[in-house]
Amino acid sequence: METYALQIFNGLSVSSILLLAALGLAIIFGLMKIINMAHGELIMIGAYVTFVTQNFFVSHFDSSFFNLYFLFALPAAFLVTAFTGYLMEISIVRHLYGRPLDSLLATWGVSLVLQQLARSIFGAPNVDVKSPEWLNGGIVVLSGLQLPYKRLFIMLLVALCVCGVCYFLYQTAGGRRIRAVMQNRSMAQSLGINTRRVDAMTFALGSGLAGIAGCALTLLGSIGPTLGTNYIIDTFMVVVLGGVGTIIGTIAGAGVIGVGNTTFEFLTNASLGKVLVFTVVILFLQWKPQGFFSVKSRALDE
Amino acid sequence: MKKYLFNRHVVISVIFVLLCLAPLFLSDFRINLLGKFVSFAILALGIDLIWGYTGILSLGHGVFFGLGAYCAGMYLKLESSGGALPDFMSWSGLEALPWFWQPFAFAPFALAMAVIIPVLLASVIGYLTFRNRIRGVYFTILTQALSIIFVVLFIGQQAYTGGTNGVTNFKTIFGFTLADPSTKLALYYIAVLLLLAAYVFCKLIIERRIGRVLVAIRDGENRIRFSGYNPTVYKVFVYAISAGLAGLAGAIYVPQVGIISPAEMGIIPSIEMVSWVAIGGRGTLTGAIIGAVLVNSLKSVVSENFPDIWSYFIGITFIVIVIFMPSGLMGIYRQIKDVWRGSALFKSREAAVKQ
Repeated sequence: METYALQIFNGLSVSSILLLAALGLAIIFGLMKIINMAHGELIMIGAYVTFVTQNFFVSHFDSSFFNLYFLFALPAAFLVTAFTGYLMEISIVRHLYGRPLDSLLATWGVSLVLQQLARSIFGAPNVDVKSPEWLNGGIVVLSGLQLPYKRLFIMLLVALCVCGVCYFLYQTAGGRRIRAVMQNRSMAQSLGINTRRVDAMTFALGSGLAGIAGCALTLLGSIGPTLGTNYIIDTFMVVVLGGVGTIIGTIAGAGVIGVGNTTFEFLTNASLGKVLVFTVVILFLQWKPQGFFSVKSRALDE
Repeated sequence: MKKYLFNRHVVISVIFVLLCLAPLFLSDFRINLLGKFVSFAILALGIDLIWGYTGILSLGHGVFFGLGAYCAGMYLKLESSGGALPDFMSWSGLEALPWFWQPFAFAPFALAMAVIIPVLLASVIGYLTFRNRIRGVYFTILTQALSIIFVVLFIGQQAYTGGTNGVTNFKTIFGFTLADPSTKLALYYIAVLLLLAAYVFCKLIIERRIGRVLVAIRDGENRIRFSGYNPTVYKVFVYAISAGLAGLAGAIYVPQVGIISPAEMGIIPSIEMVSWVAIGGRGTLTGAIIGAVLVNSLKSVVSENFPDIWSYFIGITFIVIVIFMPSGLMGIYRQIKDVWRGSALFKSREAAVKQ
């Protein structure tokens, strides 16, 4: 009984991390049709911002404040990666609208540069970020079944991010503008929306979410320059499986892949589990090429 | 003078003459490296066929390259162990040769399989995806997943594939010692010959009606469908051909390099392969060959001397090429040629590649 409950909890935990990593990607890919291969590197930047914030607290403040660093690291990671994303958009990505395959290749070039930059600044070996003390330990539900606070915290963070993104996209003027531009660019332009600015802001928002994901990942293990590459394909599969352009699809995709991964790994072994999950996803896409949820369109080339 | 300088067969002829004469100028070590790049050029031709001409981006070509390489590697391994069980199998506790390894002791079978297995795999995957009209970025993401699956599988099944270390420690090929300079030279010339054959083969495809259909699929798939063609058949065909070329490239790569491991099959090597074609010039066979040989030569020179700079260099070059010069180096060459001739052809070509 405990084993199964633990498996389900682990599955949900993996799902929540995937969802956090995929959320920004879903916004950029779903709304802008840009494949951002550098998304993993934005996650990596978020993780390193957390590392720097931690070091800053250790060297500048009394140790009694140390436990608070994480609360500052989260917004810092968001802002730094959002700004990086903004720079990427105004310099590189804006040339690539309407050329999705080229966007994939160019942003892969960006990811190479960012990875090497991280290697030059922080060195190739992994570094450790010490989690704040209030996240150590966990809730004991049953004997032999402990739910770590860290993973619960990440789930909570993910829930907050999803709610925040939905609120922003569907309830505020800024979100309405984003959706308007993505649905009909020239019409939005005619109505006086500055589409260039909206594009840059959308990309920055998606990138900032990657920063938060990076910040959360520091709780789970050490970080290195190639942190992001481990997640990038999984997150793409989440977006494709869920259906492009819907937040609910991304949530469903992350849920299925996360729980599927842990279940198959539990039933077989680590390597075969991953193979099985991807095989199932590919077979599923044979049956429903658009994923779980898709935006209905009568356009020919969708 | 002008007429000969810019004749369309000049560039490719010069390349092949240079490749044939290279052993006169370069050391054995460099020739071995060049032979490796020539095998990459065979693969680049295949990628150009599917990406440059048909507009389908596959980031799983490392898998086909790897499968071809493993097939040839299995033969080399079995010949080198001389009837005994290959070393990594006995380390993993196997007692007898697995049944699917046995026929690979027979060289013609192994070399045929190096092409046939990638072709079959690509046909099955291509049929399943293209039939459902999965295309564009979705196909690309699926091919990335394919390469992850194969890397994980090959690392996981250590007893059968050699795991992370791959298959290595080869000694002889058809009885000739691999370390011998004359064997290496012969392998180099075989690679150049195969490249020539692959070039002629691709040229034959693209100059026929089927080549026109492929370009039409790139530029407007629905129009070709409405004209009564079935794009699925053509896409599966070009995917299979390009996988076969990748397998062939892998088979000639292994005896020259002496190792094949899952690291060559992953996503990063697969994108690198595409970058050769992008830099050389997509949509021209000559560009693919130039790109593969030039980028890899630069890579070995730069990373020998300044290992840190290579990533910056290739990353930035790649960004600039993709955004501003989609026709790559061959585009620059054409531009010079057209300025020389004073024609406005260049602009229309550039527009066609950008789609």
